[in-house]
Amino acid sequence: MVVEQQGRACAEVPQGMNPDVLGDNIITASLDKVVNWSRSRSMWPMTFGLACCAIEMMAAGAARHDLDRLGVLFRASPRQADVIIVAGTVTYKMLPVIKTVYEQMPEPKYVIAMGACASSGGVFDTYSVVQGVDAALPVDVYIPGCPPRPEGLLYALIQLQEKIMREKNSFGAAIGVGEVVPG
Amino acid sequence: MSQAVVAKLKQEFPAAVLNTVEHRGEITVTVNKDDIVTVCTFLRDSAGYNFLCDLCGVDYHGSEPRFMVVYNLYNIETKERLRIKAAVGEDDCCIDTVSGVWSTANWPERECWDMFGIAFKGHPDLRRILMPADWDGYPLRKDYPLQGPNRELYQGRLS
Repeated sequence: MVVEQQGRACAEVPQGMNPDVLGDNIITASLDKVVNWSRSRSMWPMTFGLACCAIEMMAAGAARHDLDRLGVLFRASPRQADVIIVAGTVTYKMLPVIKTVYEQMPEPKYVIAMGACASSGGVFDTYSVVQGVDAALPVDVYIPGCPPRPEGLLYALIQLQEKIMREKNSFGAAIGVGEVVPG
Repeated sequence: MSQAVVAKLKQEFPAAVLNTVEHRGEITVTVNKDDIVTVCTFLRDSAGYNFLCDLCGVDYHGSEPRFMVVYNLYNIETKERLRIKAAVGEDDCCIDTVSGVWSTANWPERECWDMFGIAFKGHPDLRRILMPADWDGYPLRKDYPLQGPNRELYQGRLS
């Protein structure tokens, strides 16, 4: 039996239950959607501020732009993080540290390359600078800019949310059945 | 006052002091590299230069001797400065450490080794400091390619 409530919610109500009592309190959705929704609305970033991009990242986290309202809470430990924001110039000296931190993050994990340096080496076309962190990590979202404004980081996080929402079999992978199909 | 120090230095080590230049009130003394530790010890103990501000290398690529190690000294009490230089050749690319004179020389000497490949004899811990430990080559040498040895030579950004 299908119940139409205020012209929007369409829910299967199990046999023998009174739809008038249940009202808006039951929704049905695929488990993937629930998992994707909860993951994308609580992306805790591992901050990896390396240069001036980190200042913009801090500005994005502060009162005016307030990343907390997207469920983005900065974590100082990779063990508690879902996404690593590589913000700044990556040198060959720093690369093993980034790799270690990335490997310490629990699955599922995502990578944002913030700014020209992290995306491509930027103006530092030199012997000591990694020409894009994608040489070592699988980057999900690149943010252009030198440095990008906080709006750029906000947009990247929203893009990542949408990417996570497109993932398939996230629930199955979580209980050990198959792999996640990336969004 | 610094002139007096230079005169004293010349009197004490006539063979070690090779050249003295004064430019806009800054005095630079070039000394023989074999005498660097005795000269520095003398300057610390008898001339009051109790602080080594900086130690760095210079690459005069194409001329001989190729490298120069520069010591910037400071007398904290009289607020005077003195610059000491010592030439280092490419074949015998080493000089005695002054980390026994001023222990702060430890890290600048490591940096100089890392960037120019100038070895400091007797240094307690001569490792690379800025570049990764397994790095090949000395990046601040003039003949080191800007984008590293594994890349094509720089052709200009828009070419």
